[in-house]
Amino acid sequence: MHMVRRLAELTKIDGISGNEKDVREFIIQNLEGKSLKFYTDNIGNLIVKGRSDGSSKLRVMAAAHMDEVGLMVNYITDDGKLKFSAVGGIDNRILPGQHVRVGRDKIPGVIGCKPIHLQDKSERGSAVNIKNLYIDIAAKDRENALELVNTGDYAAFASEPVFFGENRIKAKALDDRAGCAVLMELLEEVWPFEFYACFTVQEEVGLRGALVAANRLKPDIGIVLEGTTCTDVPNVKEHEVSTVMGKGPSLSFADRTSLADRGLLEHFAKTAEKEGIPYQWKTTVSGGNDAGRIQTSGTGVRTLVVSVPCRYIHSPVSVLDLDDLKNMHKLVSRALHTLPGALGR
Amino acid sequence: MNTDELVKQLCEINAPAGFENLAAEKIKSFFEPLCDKAFVDRFFNVIGYKKGTSENPGKILITAHYDQIGLIVSGFEKGGFLRISNLGGVDTKTVLAREVIIHGREEVYGVIGAKPPHLLKESEVSKNAEITDLFIDTGYPDDVLKQKVAVGDPVSVIAPANELKNWCFAGKSLDNRAGVAALVLILYELQNIKHPNDIYVIATVQEETNLLGAIISSYSLEPDLAVVIDVCHGDMPEGDKAQCFPLNKGVPVAVGPAFQREYTDALFETAKKERIPTQRCIEPGNPGTEAWAIQVSRTGIPAVEVGIPLRYMHSTAELVSLQDIENAAVLVARYVSGDIVRTYDEFI
Repeated sequence: MHMVRRLAELTKIDGISGNEKDVREFIIQNLEGKSLKFYTDNIGNLIVKGRSDGSSKLRVMAAAHMDEVGLMVNYITDDGKLKFSAVGGIDNRILPGQHVRVGRDKIPGVIGCKPIHLQDKSERGSAVNIKNLYIDIAAKDRENALELVNTGDYAAFASEPVFFGENRIKAKALDDRAGCAVLMELLEEVWPFEFYACFTVQEEVGLRGALVAANRLKPDIGIVLEGTTCTDVPNVKEHEVSTVMGKGPSLSFADRTSLADRGLLEHFAKTAEKEGIPYQWKTTVSGGNDAGRIQTSGTGVRTLVVSVPCRYIHSPVSVLDLDDLKNMHKLVSRALHTLPGALGR
Repeated sequence: MNTDELVKQLCEINAPAGFENLAAEKIKSFFEPLCDKAFVDRFFNVIGYKKGTSENPGKILITAHYDQIGLIVSGFEKGGFLRISNLGGVDTKTVLAREVIIHGREEVYGVIGAKPPHLLKESEVSKNAEITDLFIDTGYPDDVLKQKVAVGDPVSVIAPANELKNWCFAGKSLDNRAGVAALVLILYELQNIKHPNDIYVIATVQEETNLLGAIISSYSLEPDLAVVIDVCHGDMPEGDKAQCFPLNKGVPVAVGPAFQREYTDALFETAKKERIPTQRCIEPGNPGTEAWAIQVSRTGIPAVEVGIPLRYMHSTAELVSLQDIENAAVLVARYVSGDIVRTYDEFI
């Protein structure tokens, strides 16, 4: 399957943190028959050992997280409405009137909101409070709701992938199914070193999967493939723009959870320049990702984060540029192949 | 066609207020096979005419508006973005992170964005976004976009349309495609009922902005009686019980000065006879629906109104019961086939 098609398919799957099973199964099914070794660890990370010609002793771990942000039902009211909390970071402003699917059976529902006709002036002017929101699955009452769903059930945004504009895709969960799609593509290749592709769990609730995967693998190098914020939109000041859509994959020199390894950073930037692959620096240091846990695992791991810019990240309409995605794959692939030489190993 | 399929097809149609030309023929295609004559007037009201059996028939109008609230392109921003303004009563809380279709020279897809949450100032966090804070991201380079879209082009917000449990259905524009669905179901009913009076079902335009469709069609057709079908607020946890009506619990019939008492009483009588449960929807003044305009058209036209309870009005997740739509249709079909039109002595 083509990488872009794979990405679209990946975004259709619901895999909110702690419930990544369906994403994992899709990845395994899609990579079967390519003489790869699959291992699912205790926490649910999928670790795939790639093919290697054994020419270098380096051990490289590349990680992308399978989980996405979403909602979790935490209370069912007497009249059968589902109260919920966010799993991961969600912009509450986007919630009223969204369509969702709840639980294993994907029960369709909508997030209720008081109609504008019935709001008083102060309500019209103020932002929504997640505590006042609920999911309506049209249950008659609590008992009827409990026949369909339960507290602890996940609710995912009902948002199908759409290709639009020039070379853009809109979907939910681009963060980080985009990384997953690139990582799957990397598994098609034969590497000079030991290569482990880690599809991690629970990134969105605290970078939890990557920590145990890194502890198991004890890699020399950790490359994290991410979807990152892209704030090149109206009303944002120039210095607040983290990445720009269409300008290629971004390299982070730092974020809230890790400082990049300077050697890796230099090698990736040089590779991009040599190969004529567009790339950009992520110019803000907000946000964090799996690199923060991989870097501090074991006796320490040299890490780097490469990301595809995603506008409206963590929303049902996140957007990325397909050329950015292709260039991200190209850059990571080229830079990894020449890595042993660059590091003298 | 089942009611769920009918409602799904109708609510997937895009007809922003004032731009109903985009959908008039499609709406007509639902009426045409069930009428003696179906036509579109010059303001894009879609009218289905069904001849009565009486030698001297009265004229009954049944209206449901088919326009929808929407957005309108108000300007360009560098990077393939569009500024927007509202078309009708749009709550900005319900359009952020939504998908849209811009009806330009061609249909252009986009998503609605705003300044990202982590960049909002403390003072902005507690406020609802203004429409001017929002923009559409089209994904096109500026020069390409300008060839496809112009300022003033209408925009439809689109959303999934799904059947839910307990005969319910959620989607966009159910205000008032639920009413248009009832019109189609009424025409189905009338295939098997003899009716003395001429009946005109009208899918009207521009209700959301100024009731234009109802004003002009009631003037030009000069009916003896008008039945308005529109949505009313469904029961919601945060809704006032006097203004919000439970789903699947009976057809709301409007009571108040906008609605002629004797005709409303007759409507309740029909419901009782046909064993169709009703609720009383009290409107002490302007109900905000077409009945208000029709009542004072020409020399005065008696109007009654049948409601369809709908939750989360004007959001992309409006929620109705298919059973309520069917019940409203059966009630109105039985009502208008009766010998109900009264004649008045000519005065002047």
